[in-house]
Amino acid sequence: MAYSVTIGGCTRSFGDLKILLAKATPARSGDALAGIAAENEEERALAKMALAEVPLVRFLEELLIPYEQDEVTRLIVDTHDAQAFAAIRGLTVGEFREWLLDPATDIETMTRIAPGITPEMAAAVSKLMRNQDLILAAQKCRVVTRFRNTLGLPGRLSVRLQPNHPTDDVRGIAASMLEGLLYGCGDAVIGVNPASDSLQAVTRLLEMMNAFRERYDVPTQTCVLAHVTNTLRAMERGAPVDLVFQSIGGTEKTNRSFGVSRKLLEEARAAALELKRGTVGDNVMYFETGQGSALSAGAHEGVDQQTCEARAYAVARHLKPLLVNSVVGFIGPEYLLDGKQIIRAGLEDHFCGKLLGLPMGCDVCYTNHAEADQDDMDTLLTLLAVAGVNFVMGVPGADDVMLNYQSTSFHDALYARSALGLRRAPEFEAWLERVGIADSRGDLLGTGAERKLLPGASEWLG
Amino acid sequence: MWARLREFTPARIGLGRVGGSLPTRGLLDFELAHARARDAVRARFDAAALAYELRVTGFGEVLVVSSQARDRMEYLLRPDLGRALDAESREKLKESRGDGCELAVVIADGLSAVAPKRHAVPLLREFLTALGSNRDKVTVVVANRGRVALGDEIGELLGAEAVVVLIGERPGLSSPDSLGVYLTWAPRVGRTDAERNCISNVRPEGLRYAAAALRLAYLLGEARRLKLSGVGLKDDSEGEGKASERRLAKDD
Repeated sequence: MAYSVTIGGCTRSFGDLKILLAKATPARSGDALAGIAAENEEERALAKMALAEVPLVRFLEELLIPYEQDEVTRLIVDTHDAQAFAAIRGLTVGEFREWLLDPATDIETMTRIAPGITPEMAAAVSKLMRNQDLILAAQKCRVVTRFRNTLGLPGRLSVRLQPNHPTDDVRGIAASMLEGLLYGCGDAVIGVNPASDSLQAVTRLLEMMNAFRERYDVPTQTCVLAHVTNTLRAMERGAPVDLVFQSIGGTEKTNRSFGVSRKLLEEARAAALELKRGTVGDNVMYFETGQGSALSAGAHEGVDQQTCEARAYAVARHLKPLLVNSVVGFIGPEYLLDGKQIIRAGLEDHFCGKLLGLPMGCDVCYTNHAEADQDDMDTLLTLLAVAGVNFVMGVPGADDVMLNYQSTSFHDALYARSALGLRRAPEFEAWLERVGIADSRGDLLGTGAERKLLPGASEWLG
Repeated sequence: MWARLREFTPARIGLGRVGGSLPTRGLLDFELAHARARDAVRARFDAAALAYELRVTGFGEVLVVSSQARDRMEYLLRPDLGRALDAESREKLKESRGDGCELAVVIADGLSAVAPKRHAVPLLREFLTALGSNRDKVTVVVANRGRVALGDEIGELLGAEAVVVLIGERPGLSSPDSLGVYLTWAPRVGRTDAERNCISNVRPEGLRYAAAALRLAYLLGEARRLKLSGVGLKDDSEGEGKASERRLAKDD
C-alpha cells in the first residue's frame, strides 16, 4: 500500500511502509549507505508528515519482513497483546506521540500498554519525536529487574563494571575490578568481554570473577560476554554462570550471522534458570544490540537501521532479560557518523527499548574513526541519565584497551550521580557502606578503602 | 599500590580523582592519546614511498593500486567502495599477471595508515624468513584506501593461490598503530569473512613481528595442505580472531 502527503496541491507518495519509515528517519550514515535514506531534507520532512497519518493498526497489517520468511516477525506477531493494545488502537502515529507526551499518560499506563506495542510502532513514533520528547516519554517508563540485586528503581543509575584486558590476564582483570568497586561501580553486572572466545579461557574467567565476587560477598552478578554456545558449554561443565550474554539483531538473518536463533536463546535461558543462582529474582539474560548490525551483516532486508534495532528488542523482550544495552557508537561512522548521530541514536534506542518494556542501558561510546569526542559522550550520558537510563558502562579511564573504543568511565558515573543525585541499586549501596567504600548517602569515603579490600584479593593480585 | 597494579594491565587505573572528577593530568593525557588516534585515522598513506622501501629491501617489483574510494571520508562512509579496485588498478594488475603467483601480499592503509608504515616491512621480513625458500613467488601490492576484501580481487587478478592482507586496524586510544593480518586461500571476489583467518594487534607492544610471522607461516602451510582458510582452518593457539568483530559487526 502506498502512503502519501499533500502540501500546497503537490502530492508526495511513498511506495510502502518500509520505504516510508526509512525516508522519515532522521539523517544517519547507515541508511544512506544502504541506499534507503531520504534524498533530501524536504523528502524527509514530507515522509514524517505522511508517517504521522498512519494508523497504528496498520503496523499489524503490513509487515516489513514477511511472516513466513523471518522468525523475528513471527515472534512480534504471535506475541502481540491485543488487550494491552486496545487503549491506543484508534491512534495514528502522530496522535500516539501526543498521547505519550500527555501528562495524563503515567507510569502505570505505560507499563500496561507495553505488551501491545510492536517494535515498528515504537520506531515509527520515535522518528517524529525530538530529543526532548524521547527523554520525557522515556522518563514515564519504569522497568525493574532482579537477579542478586534490584535494578531500574526510580532515582537510581547502575553501572556495568567492564574490566577488559587485551590478553584476558586474570591479574589485570582483577585489578580493574578492584578499582571499579572502589569507585562504587558494578551494581548492574561485572561483565568482561573476553579477548579469546575459547571455552577454556571463558571458564577460567567465569571462575575467577565468581570467586572474587564471593570473597567480598558483593550483591551483584558476574558475566563473561562470550558467545551463547560457549556459555552453554561452560554451564554443562559446571562453571558458575550468573547471566547468559548474547549480541542480537532485529532480523532472523542478522541473528543467523551472530550464530543464534530464538530456539538457541530459549535453551540457554532455560539452562541458566535451572542453576537458580539469583537470590532476589530470575532475570538471567544480558543482551547487547546496536544500530547498523543488520546492515553490516547484509541482513537488513531493506529496513532502516533504527527500525531493525527496535525489532531486536522484541527478541530480547521475549526472554525477560536483566539487562539490555545499545552499544550505540561502537559500530563505526559508516552507520552513525558523528556525535550528533550517536546522541540521537542513543536516545532513540533508550526510548524504544523502554517503551517496549525493556531494562535499557546504554554503552555511551565512540570509536576513533567517528567524528566524536568526550564532549559528545558527556552530552549523551547527561541526557540519558535525565531520561532514566537503567545503567551505563564503567571502563577504567573510559579507554577500553581490548575492544579499542571509548566508553564511559568510573569517574563519569560519579559525575552523573553528583549532577543528578542518582543512587546505586539498594543492595549494592548497602554493601558499599558495610565495607567502608561509601557513606550512607553513597558518597565515596576516600582513601583507606583499598587497604581494606586489597588483602582479600591477594589470590589474584599477589 | 596502584603503581603495582598498573603493571598487570594497560587499562587506565589509578588515575585518582578530584571529588568525582578526573585530575587535570589524566584528562590531558587522554586528550593527547585521542589526538594521536584521530591523526592516525586521517594520516595520508604514502603508498609510493612504501613501495620504494619494499623494492630497495628486496621484494622485487611492487605495484601500487587504489580502491574506488576517492578520499578518506568516502573511504570511511562507503566500505563497499574500499572493497573494489578502480579501473586503472584493475588494468595494471591484469597486465602484470604473468604466470600467476603463489602468494599475493597486499599492504593497505585501512583505518590507520600509521600501522602499515611502521610495521609492514619488518613483519614481511620476518615472514619471508619464516617461510624459507619460496620467497621468489611472492608478489607485493600496496593499496590505497583498501578494506580487507580488496585483497580478494587483487589475488584473483594476479592468479594467486592465496592472499595475505596487512592492514591498519581500528586505532585504539592506547594503540594507534596496530596492524591486522588476514589470510585468504584461493582469493576471489565474494569470499566471506568466515573464509579468512585473522591475526590481530601486530605491533611491538602487542603481538611481536616474529610471533606474528611464525603464526602466519603456520596458517599458510595449513591452508596449502587443506586447500582452504577460515573457520575450517582453526588456529590451535588461543586468542584467534578479533573480539570487536564478534561483538556487533565487522569493521574491516
